[in-house]
Amino acid sequence: MKKPQLLAILVLAALLAAGVAAGLWHADSHARQFRELPSARPSSTFPLGTDDLGRDRLARLLYATRLSLLLAPAAALIATLLAALAGGTAGYFGGWWDNCIVRAIDLMLSLPWLFLLLAARALLPLNAPPVASLVMTYGLLAVLGWAGPARVIRAGTRHLRESDFALQASAEGCSELRIFSRHLIPNLKPVLLAQLWTTIPVFILAEANLGLLGLSASEPFPTWGNLLRELQNPFSIRPVTLAPLAVVMISVACFKLATPPQEQHS
Amino acid sequence: MRKIVKTLAPRIGTLAATALAGGLLTAFLVRVSPGFDVDERQLDPRLSEASRHALQQEHAVNRNVLGFYTHRLERIVLHGDLGTSSSLNRPISQLFRERLPVTAQIMAIGIAGGWTLAFALALPAVMCRSRVVRGMAGLFHQALLCLPAAALALIVFDLGGPVRALVALVICPRVFEYVRNLLAEAYAQPHILTARAKGLAGARIFARHVLPSVAPQLLALAGVSVSIAFGAAIPVEALCDLPGIGQLAWRAAIARDLPLLVAITFLVIVVTQVCNAASDWAGFRRRQA
Repeated sequence: MKKPQLLAILVLAALLAAGVAAGLWHADSHARQFRELPSARPSSTFPLGTDDLGRDRLARLLYATRLSLLLAPAAALIATLLAALAGGTAGYFGGWWDNCIVRAIDLMLSLPWLFLLLAARALLPLNAPPVASLVMTYGLLAVLGWAGPARVIRAGTRHLRESDFALQASAEGCSELRIFSRHLIPNLKPVLLAQLWTTIPVFILAEANLGLLGLSASEPFPTWGNLLRELQNPFSIRPVTLAPLAVVMISVACFKLATPPQEQHS
Repeated sequence: MRKIVKTLAPRIGTLAATALAGGLLTAFLVRVSPGFDVDERQLDPRLSEASRHALQQEHAVNRNVLGFYTHRLERIVLHGDLGTSSSLNRPISQLFRERLPVTAQIMAIGIAGGWTLAFALALPAVMCRSRVVRGMAGLFHQALLCLPAAALALIVFDLGGPVRALVALVICPRVFEYVRNLLAEAYAQPHILTARAKGLAGARIFARHVLPSVAPQLLALAGVSVSIAFGAAIPVEALCDLPGIGQLAWRAAIARDLPLLVAITFLVIVVTQVCNAASDWAGFRRRQA
């Protein structure tokens, strides 16, 4: 592992640890309102001050960090598995199934990602309980985010299917299922891993955009997107209100740095 | 001519099939979404029983997705009628006429600005041997890639910046990396190295030798940038209160306006597919030339 990659993973681990530790220390600190201290300036008690409802900005930021750093990779994992299923089988079996999957990928990719998310998220209840809205937001990312990775995985599978070892296994009488499960999938691991790492920052940014448009998890759950909504008030742009944006940027940059290099398949 | 028709016919067929499938998928998703049958107007105590019944009947027409979709297609194809928005209560074609110029302007400025900025960053990054210049260009593009488009829109809006040019900052980093790699490959070609060694002017080398060799790939990317530009226009228009198609899409999605959502999906798929096909075609012609 190269030094920048290692550094990026360490930073992400530190952010996640801070989020988890803060949650263990004060489970409800993100929702607690100090009504006598709305919009308080940074102090030793509240290092990032409080928002207009008197909630501790740092506690909310740490809670949002924990949620995003756990849920975005989980959603990316589901999307990658769906992509592996669709792209892998299409690339391996070919024929009409491949045609169907390619058309479905084309359809998904012909719509701008944010438009697709916006339309699909708005079809789900917008006044759902906070936990349900959180699950819906990340579930939607997982279900809709498979098309891009599927295209790469399909190309990788086609490349491997025509490789010498697969042809030899086939010539020696290996069943298709065995070739697929014992020979192709282990060799696809680097592609799958790269797609997983590539998808996580895309999902983090998508959640942030949805949150700013009011379509992410509902209050009182703080997500990075919800915290960024403070920027909608032009008078609230201060270094402390830009802290969530800085954390989003650092996390996305770290995920991009930590992404393993991909092999190119034509 | 026959060759052109042979090449274009499958593309047009695919385009039409994708647009139809996209519209049907949207209509189906809206139909199965929770709360589809609920119309808040029905809760108005001033309405009589007959008015409530009429509202229910309005929704009943849309319950059969396939029926709704076929009927809608028929009206579009035969009468050029896109229907009426249920949330804004206005003809969709009128809404499109009013809002398309705004979005077209935002996208045009964004695409032109994004490409210009990407070239302005990529050329020094390729030509200059200084690590500082390369590092700065790389850092700038990575920083833009890590910023959510909506946050960028809000900050520029709050600071009173040029919001109509914001899409350029979203397109630039996505184009930059590709342009930089293509230019680096082109500048490493033996005939360009020879031209540089013989002392040809940089602008002449770029215009006569580099640009023609990378044009097909760049044209292919130009089609994709239309889709990126529309995606970026949504938060920009919604958050900066610009009355374009992006804002309309956001409002339609929140109001669950089925006719409007289907019409916008149609429009977006057709525009992106046509742009992709046109850029592919232009690239293909360029390669042949």
